[in-house]
Amino acid sequence: MQSIVEFKNIFKSYPGVIANDDVSFNIKEQSIHAILGENGAGKSTLVKILYGHVKPDSGEILINSDLAIINSPSTAKNLGINMVFQHFSLFESLTVAENLILGMNEKISLTKLKDKSKTICDKYGFNLNLNSPISSLSVGQRQSVEIVRSLLNNPKILIMDEPTSVLTPDEISKLFKIIKNLVKDGLTVIFISHKLEEIINLSDYVTIMRNGKVVSTISTQNEDPETLGYKMLGYKVFKAKQVSNINFSQEIFNIKNLSTQSKDPFTINLNKIDLNLKKGQIFGIAGVAGNGQKELMEILLNENDYEFSGDIIFKDLNINNLSTFQRKSLSISYVTEERLGQSAVPEMSLSENIFLSMSHKSEFKKGDFINFEKINTFANDVIKRFNVDTPSYNVKAGKLSGGNLQKFIIGREIMSNPELLILSQPTWGIDAGSEAFIKKTIVELSQKGVSIIIISHDLDELLEVCHEISVLYEGSLSNPLNVENINITKLGKYMGGLFD
Amino acid sequence: MSIELIIGILNIVLISTTPLVFAGIGELVTEKSGILNLGLEGLMLVGAVTGFITLVLTGNYFYSLFLSITSGVILSGIFAFLVLNLMTNQIATGLALTIFGIGLSAMLGKKFAGTPIDGLNPYYFIVISFLLVFLVGYFLSKTKSGLIIRAVGENHNSAYALGYNVIKTRYLTIIFGGVMSSIAGYYISICYAPMWQEGMTAGRGWIALALVVFATWKPWRLLVGAYIFGGVAIMQMNLQAFGVELPGQFFNMMPYIATLIVLVFISSNKVRLKLSAPSCLNIPYEKNS
Repeated sequence: MQSIVEFKNIFKSYPGVIANDDVSFNIKEQSIHAILGENGAGKSTLVKILYGHVKPDSGEILINSDLAIINSPSTAKNLGINMVFQHFSLFESLTVAENLILGMNEKISLTKLKDKSKTICDKYGFNLNLNSPISSLSVGQRQSVEIVRSLLNNPKILIMDEPTSVLTPDEISKLFKIIKNLVKDGLTVIFISHKLEEIINLSDYVTIMRNGKVVSTISTQNEDPETLGYKMLGYKVFKAKQVSNINFSQEIFNIKNLSTQSKDPFTINLNKIDLNLKKGQIFGIAGVAGNGQKELMEILLNENDYEFSGDIIFKDLNINNLSTFQRKSLSISYVTEERLGQSAVPEMSLSENIFLSMSHKSEFKKGDFINFEKINTFANDVIKRFNVDTPSYNVKAGKLSGGNLQKFIIGREIMSNPELLILSQPTWGIDAGSEAFIKKTIVELSQKGVSIIIISHDLDELLEVCHEISVLYEGSLSNPLNVENINITKLGKYMGGLFD
Repeated sequence: MSIELIIGILNIVLISTTPLVFAGIGELVTEKSGILNLGLEGLMLVGAVTGFITLVLTGNYFYSLFLSITSGVILSGIFAFLVLNLMTNQIATGLALTIFGIGLSAMLGKKFAGTPIDGLNPYYFIVISFLLVFLVGYFLSKTKSGLIIRAVGENHNSAYALGYNVIKTRYLTIIFGGVMSSIAGYYISICYAPMWQEGMTAGRGWIALALVVFATWKPWRLLVGAYIFGGVAIMQMNLQAFGVELPGQFFNMMPYIATLIVLVFISSNKVRLKLSAPSCLNIPYEKNS
């Protein structure tokens, strides 16, 4: 097989970071070629260069051994390169058909387009209703629209950027089947992922990247997740193993029959949620994004005066009508999903961000003035205890990397001595080192008697740290499963909405 | 009320509302692509004065219309360059364009104020304005180019990722809006009131802007809205003729109050807002490097 894409000495730097450093490797025609690396390893930048979205500082790309100058997505598409984005590039208020037509290179009539997309859907097993607006589709369906839109142009090369991060296990295996069939029919697929098992299951070759450089390009045949993980990180990862078989007795937090009845079709209504949390327990809420996680978190946090029925009880006290700060004063701490904008204000310093979250505590105030001395000491403690890599507490929060900022935020919340800690997507999009540190911290915290709720899309993470896991599906919460003797098939079924 | 009177009133409403339709439909297309151009009033005035001066000097309607349109292309082109290439704030730039247009038209027209001309028959423009609304409606909802404009206004990053030229699309829609505004101005100084007077557009540019929101960015609603606003303005004169004592200012503020009510109505509901307003309206677009 000959090479369809050749990267030659690609170099790309951003202020302060080298995203791609002398990247060279080849991709064989009609193969599934994975690019593996941590967040920030440079894989997304590299494929964006191939797709003409980003201009390299130097280096060349050869397509079918010819030098290709790709300076915009439209040139890439003319060369037969298409891309399925991690954050979808769909237009929410337009219909599926309109979205498909926008992706076409050539002019085509609506009827012809419908025929053509129907052929593709039938052949590969997609299920699309062309007349529904994107806003009414599930995440999995949106991805189908993206893929069909790419296929309509008869591409030779299809780039997929972390396509499985939003899918259920069932949807993932369906997607893999589709990808394998596409490759049989002549397509070359470039598959970006940081999930080791997926890469071994799916791809023929893998290029491993670390800190912008290519570590190696190898066949996946003789690899297993452990060897591949070692190559990706350059060191072995600490695995937090939760100690189970503890008899938790003291009830600390209860949700009883929580429901919402919003008429807004862009939100998910919660349906009779019951949850029981005991002292020192870590409870995981799994589920694919967009099944009510955001709404549940908003109610737990009482961010927007969300209307709901049912009761939230913390230590025998009904906290339904308490504000965020009143809840915090009762020693409940929160780490929200969006680090910048929700957990921290990007333009403000780390110290100031401490105060914003702790302004209800009198020790940080001198009368009506801010006691910066105390806050700075506190910030320093957080930075030291939680290994936050920053020159000082005067640095703006937005300047920190995702992993460092998350360590800072979680550190801030833990240092306020909570009895209940509620985390949403605690390790989403951060480097493996920080991720391991955060998981370790969470486990240690629970051993000191703090109760923890983790809402996460990352099943592996939940299985690693939680005692019990429930699945959220279209606003309903499944019965809890004990992690010690968990049945993964059952969990997968739950994630697809098939509760007992 | 006699038939003659009703026909007379309808006639006046038709004649006086047409500039709102032109300026409004142009701004609607601009806003559909995600750009807010607050410079309508200035564009209209410059379009009015260039058309008027050319007509006085050459006596040729074609040249005067051509130069009026050219003024719209140049001014809106400058606006486009500022907000698209230099990424200036759209609101500030639009306001500056209006202030600039008011001053420039007053300066250019000083010598020509009060010069008599032979006006054009407004009915040509009235017929064109109806056709235009229909064509724009068809263009935006049924053609691929219209779909691209809506896509660019909905999510410019996705549109770029699919291979569309966001900047070019927006240049075209801004210039279309500019041309429509200058035609609206031309109509005022050549057909509606054949003369030149400083500030003679009398706030119609602002009403046209309000109209786009009032119409929730839908062409046919814009037409209906324009005639409601136009009708209210005419009613004011007639009611005074019938001896009803309501201050004229009351009627002048009606369009803005109506727009406020519509704004409150659509933004009271997130879904309605999402489905009616272009999501990228007034959001600066920075091309990836």
